[in-house]
Amino acid sequence: MRTLLKFLTALLLIGSTNGIAGESDSGCLTRGTGDMGIIVERASGSLKIVDRTSHSILFHVDGLGDLSHASAVYSRDERYAYVFGRDGGLTKVDILCGKITKRVIQGGNSIGGAISQDGTMIAVSNYEPGGVKIFSAADLSLVADIPATQVTEKKGAKTVGLVDAPGQRFVFSLYDTGEIWLVDMSNPSKPVIEKHQNIGLQPYDALISSDGRYYIAGLFGEDGLSMMDLWHPEQKPRKILENYGRGNKKLPVYKMPHLEGWAMAGGEAFLPAMGQHQVLVAQRGSWKETGRIKVHGQPVFVMARPDGRQVWVNFAFPNNDTIQVIDTESKQVVKTLTPGKGALHMEFSPRGEEIWISIRDRDEIHVFNTSTMELTHKLSVKKPSGIFFTNRAHQTGL
Amino acid sequence: MLKAILVTLITLTSTAAVADIHPDRQTELIYLLKHDCGSCHGMRLQGGLGPALKPVPLKRWTAEQLAMTILSGRPGTPMPPWKPFISPQEALWLAKHLKSEITP
Ligand code: HEC
Repeated sequence: MRTLLKFLTALLLIGSTNGIAGESDSGCLTRGTGDMGIIVERASGSLKIVDRTSHSILFHVDGLGDLSHASAVYSRDERYAYVFGRDGGLTKVDILCGKITKRVIQGGNSIGGAISQDGTMIAVSNYEPGGVKIFSAADLSLVADIPATQVTEKKGAKTVGLVDAPGQRFVFSLYDTGEIWLVDMSNPSKPVIEKHQNIGLQPYDALISSDGRYYIAGLFGEDGLSMMDLWHPEQKPRKILENYGRGNKKLPVYKMPHLEGWAMAGGEAFLPAMGQHQVLVAQRGSWKETGRIKVHGQPVFVMARPDGRQVWVNFAFPNNDTIQVIDTESKQVVKTLTPGKGALHMEFSPRGEEIWISIRDRDEIHVFNTSTMELTHKLSVKKPSGIFFTNRAHQTGL
Repeated sequence: MLKAILVTLITLTSTAAVADIHPDRQTELIYLLKHDCGSCHGMRLQGGLGPALKPVPLKRWTAEQLAMTILSGRPGTPMPPWKPFISPQEALWLAKHLKSEITP
């Protein structure tokens, strides 16, 4: 009885210190995380943790190293963000407490990562020394080390386009040697690696369709993309969209387009043309080109609003001050916005009513209402790049 | 075309015109280096899809050779030509900057 009383008093005390802000003694928040996210501050190696509903900054987190080109994935409970930095750092951040839980330097120069289907493993791909390392999501201890094909005595192939796939698999491409590898981690102590060679020249990035069926790698060294149907790995990767690429003119590319955000809308895919001021449209499934839309510059991200009705596009240097919106039904550019130089990244709210855009040179995030396409909020964030909302926790490939 | 650039570069070095770049433009070039070159070479130039642009690995090239690469790119690789945006004089200044120990 006395113990119960003590327990109740303790509960009351906790309740009172929680206060209105929902902040406990430890400085941690007690709330859901479903409308939260992180924004990478690329130049200062820090993050802002944000609230999507109130459009406010909840925490600033320092000490994440070189975050140029950084990306992140979420734990399935949406409490932890795993951030992949350029310096090979893998950092686990508690977004309710605004604190780094654990940080390891896992490689020389990493580019991206993925979380396994069951949420227990984090895979990181490396430019240097090349290869993929897989860590326990709980404590970031090493589970498996998968070196890439050697290119020289000291160097392995650069690994790019790493994604998670159904069946506890990770899939990635090897830039220097033109390969796609599937790694089955069903038994974490015995990774099963399936290697596909001669998939095309210089794959530089890849994506997986949101249902986890198609893995598609962009090729720098030749036209076309390499596609693998993961329902039928025995069919091997095959070339699709043979005219996709830089064509005969080999136009220079000032920023490699990102495939991760590949927009699928109403049975069609919208993708960035390489080196050209165009967005390409292709039929999903047959992967035949059905159209081209002229846009303001070389597209970097081509992202569909979650309902598929609009596609938002940003551009490479020197046109990175502009964003265009395409109506997917009429295939017309319906709006051109000029929010400022360095409009680098975009993230839709999960149901698509808003889009958040990083404006690097203004040190701001601009939030637009996607129906009116008007600016509704601004947040101060230093040299912002990637924006990652927690709903990514439940999406294959993100 | 390439020859023309080369000649300009050689003349530039001998006349030391490199010092003439306006400080504002220098700031712009460093910003470009960090953010736009950085998208392939890493913001701290430690390497990415493109190699590290640090003094030690760059030792094997002269500043003129590097300026040439910056202006004309490397055909067959993702390194694009920057001559639409950067003058030969500026490229040489950038190349010398890269070969010195300064980090952007
Ligand atoms: C789209 C990607 C990309 C961008 C943007 C880019 N580079 Fe490169 N760069 C490369 C690649 C890839 C190589 C390696 C080429 C090779 O394989 O020889 C390279 C090579 C170089 C080299 C030669 C280095 C060596 O050791 O051989 C220099 C110098 C260089 N880049 C400078 C720059 C500068 C300065 C900028 C910005 C004004 C820039 N690059 C922007 C991709 C890029």
